[in-house]
Amino acid sequence: MGEVTLTKLLRKGAEASLFLADWHGRRVVVKTRLPKKYRPEKLDLTIRSYRTIHEPQLMHEAKAAGVPTPTIFMVDVKNAAITMEFVEGKQVKQLLDGLPKTERHDLCVRIGELIAKLHSHGVIHGDLTTSNMILSSEGRLFMVDFGLGEKSNEREAQGVDLHLLKRALQSTHYQFAEECFHDVLKGYMAVLGADAAERILEKVKEIEKRGRYIAERKQDS
Amino acid sequence: MVAHKTSERYCLGIESTADDFGVGISTFNGKILANISNGYIPKEGGIHPREAARHHAEVADAVLAEALAKAEVKAKDLTLIAFSQGPGLGPCLRTGATVARALASYLNIPLVGVNHSVGHIEIGKLKTGAKDPLTLYVSGGNTMVTAYASGRYRVFGETLDIALGNCLDVFAREAGLKHKKGVPLGAAVEQLAQHGKELVLLPYVVKGMDLSLSGLLTAATTALKKGNCSLEDLCYSLQEHAFSMVTEVTERALAHTEKKEVLLTGGVAANKRLQDMLKFIAGEHDATFNVVPRAFAADNGAMIAWTGILAYTHGLVTPVEESFVRVRWRVDRVDVPWVK
Ligand SMILES: Nc1ncnc2c1ncn2[C@@H]1O[C@H](COP(=O)(O)OP(=O)(O)O)[C@@H](O)[C@H]1O
Ligand SMILES: [Mg+2]
Repeated sequence: MGEVTLTKLLRKGAEASLFLADWHGRRVVVKTRLPKKYRPEKLDLTIRSYRTIHEPQLMHEAKAAGVPTPTIFMVDVKNAAITMEFVEGKQVKQLLDGLPKTERHDLCVRIGELIAKLHSHGVIHGDLTTSNMILSSEGRLFMVDFGLGEKSNEREAQGVDLHLLKRALQSTHYQFAEECFHDVLKGYMAVLGADAAERILEKVKEIEKRGRYIAERKQDS
Repeated sequence: MVAHKTSERYCLGIESTADDFGVGISTFNGKILANISNGYIPKEGGIHPREAARHHAEVADAVLAEALAKAEVKAKDLTLIAFSQGPGLGPCLRTGATVARALASYLNIPLVGVNHSVGHIEIGKLKTGAKDPLTLYVSGGNTMVTAYASGRYRVFGETLDIALGNCLDVFAREAGLKHKKGVPLGAAVEQLAQHGKELVLLPYVVKGMDLSLSGLLTAATTALKKGNCSLEDLCYSLQEHAFSMVTEVTERALAHTEKKEVLLTGGVAANKRLQDMLKFIAGEHDATFNVVPRAFAADNGAMIAWTGILAYTHGLVTPVEESFVRVRWRVDRVDVPWVK
């Protein structure tokens, strides 16, 4: 294992801090899940190690499914740090609203295709937001941040995945949310077929209806 | 006896989405003059919507009279009637709506339907002075993270199954803790949790900015029945897991929206441990921490009255023929023209 020299903080993400670093003359990213002091240490350690172990595994599986993800170079469970390829590019979150209509449409269709590839290979992303997608300078669309993901072929898990994306679009790209989600489904359908897309859409609708007072119904029975 | 200025305008708000029937009276400048609640306590198990609705119908007159007396306002001096139109339990909502319609038509004053979740956010803002917060709203029926953007409160995260308050209540009931007047079941869990020492690891499920609590509840209940750990340890562990989950999603949303205020509102907001966790993450993101005062944390009529005033003074009224209840009325479907 080689030495990693941290150079600078690239970004503070939703959960982790990302450092730009040098590893054998290569530009890499070190993603570190720093302790969260609001929760008990025992719980915090469990969560951080679990995610640090799972994220690289899922990124690897995603790559095998044909979804571009950064190559993993090193995993340091003790420090909850993952060293991976640096992807030069822009977050889809920053790009999307500024794109001309046809490009926005194309990008959303591509997002849908990638999600379908993940799902057909039993990979659930777990945090599908436009922050976790990077359009590289070469025009490749990368998925990152698999720490909340899981291996599953269940429609429930797939439905939740798409529900999360739909909601992320509604809260962050509200001007285009509907059209974008529609395009995502188009891409999803192109890979998995109309039936699968239809079933997953039903599931998303069912998930949206949940929430309030479901528990009371359970207790009544 | 305080004599009110005759020019003062008042709104009476009726809350009846679930187990509480509440009436609040507010002046148009946001002075809460009365906030009276009467809660339905199930003899056994959870809320039975029709029984709760019957309770509401029985206590409505007395609660109304008490609120008017407390506020020292005569019914004929009211300007506006507000009621919680949803989301909530159908039978309970309909009871409140019926009372509201009757009052408005008898007094010949306008009626305005209020979204219950918006009510919790607005009363939190009124009472804490927060202007544009990222809000964690946690109660028996709701668990969501919202923030304002372009005309509406957008939902950034929410529960995928049961609400936080419900999770605590059901566990408390499973543990045989009893409902006491004025003391929510969740408070009993909070008290026991303070004596917990050993953290038992339980399911922790965060998906994006959403979370799932049903697995946690099931595991905690199973552990309880096995009897290997003390009730104190289990209450402590349940709280630590559940609160860590809502805190994590709130922090995610805070990093995402970069808001500079955090607001904690809803019935579970009264929990000190949850307050501490949220205060911590607010600090980490240079945001101020705001928590709704205890008296306005649980479902209440004052929040409906105040939100009704905000709506009415921005041109919104609800004609009687449109005053049907909306059982699943989502917060992000409501225009809030008063927020800038
Ligand atoms: N390998 C990478 N190369 C370049 N940028 C990255 C890479 N991985 C993540 N990022 C950027 O950093 C941000 C945060 O990383 P992410 O893995 O999503 O962590 P978090 O769990 O904290 O959100 C991402 O939104 C993305 O913009
Ligand atoms: Mg991320």
